[in-house]
Amino acid sequence: MARNKKHLERFQYTEDNAIEKPFNWTQLLRLLKYVRPYTKTLLPIAIVAMLVSTLVRMFVPVIIGRVAFDVAIADENIRLLVWIVIGISVMYLFNYVGNLLRIKYVNILGQNVIYDLRQHLFSHVQRLSHRFFDTKSAGSILVRIMNDINSLQELFTNGIINVLMDIVLLSGIIVLLFALSPKLALAVLIIIPIMFYISTKLRRNIRRSWQTVRIEQSKLNSHLNESLQGMRITQAFAQENENAEYFEGINTTNFQAWNDASRKSAMFRPFVEMSNAVGTVILLAYGAHLILAGDITIGTFVSFSFFLGMFWEPISRLGQMYNQLLMAMAASERIFEFLDEQPNVKEKENAVEIMDMKGHIEFDRVQFAYDDKRIAIPDLSLEMKQGETVALVGHTGSGKSTIANLISRFYDPTEGRVKIDGIDLQDATIESVRSQISVVLQDTFVFSGTIMENIRFGRPDAEDEEVKEAAKVVGADDFIERLPEGYFTEVEERGNILSAGERQLLSFARALLADPRILILDEATSSIDTETEMRIQEALNKLLEGRTAIMIAHRLSTIREADRIFVLQDGKILENGSHEELMEREGEYYELVKSQFQMLDAI
Amino acid sequence: METFKKLKQFYWPYKSWLLWSLFALLFVTGITVVYPIVLQVTIDKVIIDGQYSWIPYISAIFLVLMGIKAVATYFHQYLGDYFGIKAVYTLREALYKKLQRLSFRYYDNASTGDIMSKLTADVDGFRFFLSFGFSEFIRIVLLITVSLSVMFYYSVPLALVTMAAMPFLIVVVFRFDRRVHPAFRKIRKSYGKLNTRVQENISGMNTVKSLSREDFEVERFLNRSDHYRQTYIATSNIWAKFFPLMEFIGNVCVVALLAFGGYLVTTGELQLGELVAFFSLVWYILGPLMNFGFVINLFSQSKASGERLLSILEEDEDIINAPSAKENKLKGSVSFRDVTLTYPGEEERALSHITFDAPAGTTVGLIGATGSGKTSLTQVLTRFYEPESGQVYVDGKPVEEYDLQQLRRNIGFVLQESFLFSTTIKENIAYGNPLATESEIIDSSKRAQAHEFIMDTPYGYDTLLGERGMGLSGGQKQRIAIARAILVDPAVLILDDATSAVDMDTEFKIQMALKEVMSGRTTFIIAHRISSLKHADEILVLENGEIAERGKHEELLTNGGIYQRIYDIQYKDKEKIMKTSPR
Repeated sequence: MARNKKHLERFQYTEDNAIEKPFNWTQLLRLLKYVRPYTKTLLPIAIVAMLVSTLVRMFVPVIIGRVAFDVAIADENIRLLVWIVIGISVMYLFNYVGNLLRIKYVNILGQNVIYDLRQHLFSHVQRLSHRFFDTKSAGSILVRIMNDINSLQELFTNGIINVLMDIVLLSGIIVLLFALSPKLALAVLIIIPIMFYISTKLRRNIRRSWQTVRIEQSKLNSHLNESLQGMRITQAFAQENENAEYFEGINTTNFQAWNDASRKSAMFRPFVEMSNAVGTVILLAYGAHLILAGDITIGTFVSFSFFLGMFWEPISRLGQMYNQLLMAMAASERIFEFLDEQPNVKEKENAVEIMDMKGHIEFDRVQFAYDDKRIAIPDLSLEMKQGETVALVGHTGSGKSTIANLISRFYDPTEGRVKIDGIDLQDATIESVRSQISVVLQDTFVFSGTIMENIRFGRPDAEDEEVKEAAKVVGADDFIERLPEGYFTEVEERGNILSAGERQLLSFARALLADPRILILDEATSSIDTETEMRIQEALNKLLEGRTAIMIAHRLSTIREADRIFVLQDGKILENGSHEELMEREGEYYELVKSQFQMLDAI
Repeated sequence: METFKKLKQFYWPYKSWLLWSLFALLFVTGITVVYPIVLQVTIDKVIIDGQYSWIPYISAIFLVLMGIKAVATYFHQYLGDYFGIKAVYTLREALYKKLQRLSFRYYDNASTGDIMSKLTADVDGFRFFLSFGFSEFIRIVLLITVSLSVMFYYSVPLALVTMAAMPFLIVVVFRFDRRVHPAFRKIRKSYGKLNTRVQENISGMNTVKSLSREDFEVERFLNRSDHYRQTYIATSNIWAKFFPLMEFIGNVCVVALLAFGGYLVTTGELQLGELVAFFSLVWYILGPLMNFGFVINLFSQSKASGERLLSILEEDEDIINAPSAKENKLKGSVSFRDVTLTYPGEEERALSHITFDAPAGTTVGLIGATGSGKTSLTQVLTRFYEPESGQVYVDGKPVEEYDLQQLRRNIGFVLQESFLFSTTIKENIAYGNPLATESEIIDSSKRAQAHEFIMDTPYGYDTLLGERGMGLSGGQKQRIAIARAILVDPAVLILDDATSAVDMDTEFKIQMALKEVMSGRTTFIIAHRISSLKHADEILVLENGEIAERGKHEELLTNGGIYQRIYDIQYKDKEKIMKTSPR
């Protein structure tokens, strides 16, 4: 048994997103701002259309009851009956047109608002700095842009109009009922509070249990997804039965949550129907009594019986809208949290463009800290000359990547200045700096699309021929031509069509196409076979021609060929010079090289 | 029907829930039609004929009937739901177990997204039909039949006139359903594409920023976002076209009812109360009719879902587990005899006539270009794939004779991609050996050079990894994967490019530790760096699935083959670099 229990806890999936939040006016108003562009165009059409169809729905029962039944049929006035029929037909025609326009424009309105909101959020996120992406997981950002915004869809599509419609309908019916017979209206309206109670309180209870279902379901799905991805590991370690035990556990929890929610949901309709039944009984008993007393006509009675069936719909919908609103509160809070995030690299009002960058880099007493606790660079001054190839060497955390990030201005220094061509980067436009600097990363990202599109990512307006030329120069065309569709082969993020080495060559081609003045190279120590590694070295030499290059290097062969080597430790430069100079000196660098070769000989 | 028959084992055991639910449905439908009848009796008998003493009785009967209906409604809905969720519970269980057994061959050709959509959307579609669709179908038929009967009982001519518009409604309903479902699929597809776009953008954010392509990305995003908007609006236009039309046809019925019914009342052929009852009854027929297309569609969709589920459940299990011996602890000697492997759908052989012996306690190094067959060789050993010819022996016995689980429990595997699960570091390391003690876990972490960085994480060994947990670097993941493999105390350890992201210093330390752990056991090392495998007892150099060279490091260095070439490339630096050093 102890063993069993253990397997039930072998995976942990957390649901960290609250599904609903309390109502908040400022937030709602901020959301409604996105409707403003349409308040003079789409919104009025939708509201008028809604009013037309609602008025028809409200008055037809009165006409049938009071005019058709009490006058035409009671007096056997066929002529009048014909006129009534024609009148109602015309009203229904209006109702038809009103409904059609309402559905059409309400959806256009909603989709436009959603489109705008999503655009705003996406563009904003694009501008955010590295620091933001460092602290948030990719999944959580995706959820904001996709799911959270989609959960506002219903609110913006039907929500606004429906609330208006239901309020008009409900109050209209109440007014009409009182106009027809205040006494009977008062008696029948007892059910409205009951219905409201059911629609809010009972429903809240049910909603909570469905939330539990949703949470359990998402845990179950997370596990399924993960177990599929890790299936090879599971089979390699023969953990199939243990996992099946775990799954039985969440499957059972999931089943119980469903069962609980189903049982509660099943209570809902009976309660609604019982409250309706109470209304009907009041109508029958008290209505008959009033007819006898001569207070109301049969037609009034008939109108009441029609209206009685119309209460539930708007009340139920208002209750649902309230739920929608609470969910929208949670979603919009998360969305606004992102929108309020400021990019920490800001452009000055009067920022200048660095035209025709030469590639002369200078660090002037730079201090940098990622946060209050960690000072990555205490005080650094260095210079990289135009066209020079510089290698940064040091252990993890020595500040190599930080230097690279400061040059492409992914971060601003906390103190001191980083200058390119003598211009302080903080005075320059971000666009002009970044468009002339390329970073080749160790984990090259391959977007889904063709090879052609992937290389062209370096410069979207490049011609096919230019793309091929770039691939040729870095020696990537060999393997590309061997692919089934050549440059038009579709690749995917996770697709294994390309090996690690091939991806690297692809990113070189990308960088070459972008033709930057400064190239930053984060070299990978990954599983590339030796032949491919040779090719990469050759490609690299082509890529470096005529540019200032900063390499975060691991391979000795790369480092050795650099014009200058900076040996870093804790954000400080221990040594700098060419390979020969540093070997001569027998300092840190020499020790580093020696230890690597000792290792080769050791085993 | 075939589909539902094949899936019968998952829902038929719970049929009694469904039957009771349908039994309750009889009451629900029957009593629904009571309301217009009560209205009619009240108007015709009580009000017009003046039988006011009936009121208390009518009210009482009505209340009691509604009470019964409420109870019946509850049971109808709940039991129906229960039937569905119980069936899905069983179905999921079966799917999960099946998926655990399917071989690598299956997963090579299936995408996770595809299987996931079967496990979520299709399972749910099937549940919805069981819980709701089937009994909704019966409810619609029942309600229409009963309502029609009452109408015809009251007045045949009026019933016929009212029903005149029905054929139009049916046509509209079916045309609507035919158009709206493809449209919904388009929305889902468009949404999926938008989702992929955003996901790629975020995952590739470093690449986007490093080439400063933000504007380009916003443009690409807006393109998709606009497509989604347009698709959605196109679909809602279908609604706008058909829904008001359906309601209008219903309203035409009402108008016809008023005109002809009103006339019949004036001629005395119909009673006033009966006319009022008609107004309710007509919606009992129109409403369900509007839903009919939806229910029919539900049926065909759940049939398609069922077929997709069967495609998993009926998938061949090509690795047959038929153990003839039960051995708990293996020693670890491995022999390959003329082993040849071709992956399905590929022309070239992945392995071709591989023969070698690795006695217990030896280390075998595998080197060669990407795609030369290094990984395939090790995966045949664990029976992830079955060779088409030749035989693999462990401890002198063919691998097929072992219990599959037993065999794999004795082999520690570090796969190329070091996948970790969403759980604590501790659980991840103990994945292959859940009963391991705390100190065993720490011990293997230390050997894999993982202990130090684990202690630096916020909660040490209890730090959560995975999607929402902490992110680790590639090298750190590899070290945890190595600790995981060591902890199963394997007779055979396979390291498939297991230290590629680890820096050379650390790799060296790991190798020293492994040497100690693996004394007396067999180790396979796949690597690109000579330094990782030069100490092996035998090195197999693979090329296009064949063993091109074999031997010890020193032997291979002098024969002018591939190995020597690789060595020269990797070691030419040494002379050059050290030349400048004054050593």
